[in-house]
Amino acid sequence: MEFLSFGKYTWYVWSSVILSFVVLGANVWMARHLLKSRIETARRRLAAEEV
Amino acid sequence: MWEFIHKLGSPPHFWRLSGTMVPWFGWFAAILIVVGTVGGLWIAPQDYQQLDAFRIIYFHVPSAWLSQFGYVVMAVAAAVGLVWRIKLAHAIAAACAPIGASFTVVALATGSIWGKPMWGTWWVWDARLTSTLVLLFLYFGYMALRAAIDDENRADRASALLAIIGVINIPIIKYSVEWWNTLHQPATISKIGKPSMEPEMLVPLLIMWLGFTFFFFAVLMVRARAELLVRERNKKWLRDVIDRG
Repeated sequence: MEFLSFGKYTWYVWSSVILSFVVLGANVWMARHLLKSRIETARRRLAAEEV
Repeated sequence: MWEFIHKLGSPPHFWRLSGTMVPWFGWFAAILIVVGTVGGLWIAPQDYQQLDAFRIIYFHVPSAWLSQFGYVVMAVAAAVGLVWRIKLAHAIAAACAPIGASFTVVALATGSIWGKPMWGTWWVWDARLTSTLVLLFLYFGYMALRAAIDDENRADRASALLAIIGVINIPIIKYSVEWWNTLHQPATISKIGKPSMEPEMLVPLLIMWLGFTFFFFAVLMVRARAELLVRERNKKWLRDVIDRG
């Protein structure tokens, strides 16, 4: 596990890495969620119009 | 060339093109970011002065780049939408804001985390940091303005003006380290002729920079598609797309 250590800067380096990956992941999740929910809304709207 | 630009401005064409490009951009980004992370954390040598703390650069600089690049893309798209009344351009501008804002937060936070061991403080009201904080407020202002106006066309025009006016902040951020005395170090990779990094350190940074840029465009296209679903909801092409599933 020594490769995970960056000496006295371990906390600083890993907190930056984790924060960056959390924001990268959140961006992907939010964009996909937004697209899916809008496609679903559009589908429901079309179905309601057809009825 | 003009035909290509004209076609690109067409929402159905953009929908098809982005549908093909998003997975490519996404996978390119993922691979580049993983390679850049491994290179930055474990392959690049220690800095002689900052030791391992300098490795934060591999996340701070690409985030700072995206925070400014995202704003420029947003302002250019807003200007195109305002001048040529291209709806897709407004959709792209609206899609840029949350992505740019999130990376401005990362740039500020990682800068602060880096600043603590190097400068001895989490924050100083220095020109680079303050102008980047102003950038974050510009993004928030842009999103708040859009959300506050119900009429889509008015929201597009008002927010486009704010985006265009706010772009003046980008050269201020860029040159703040030259115009004022600041704790922040000068440019690292913008000096094309003579970068101030060794190649073993520079290559992972360039890989991360490219990875973050591909990531930005992948997420931007997904968000722009989501915008089109609202803006083009009454158009036949979109109904056909939804019908086809």
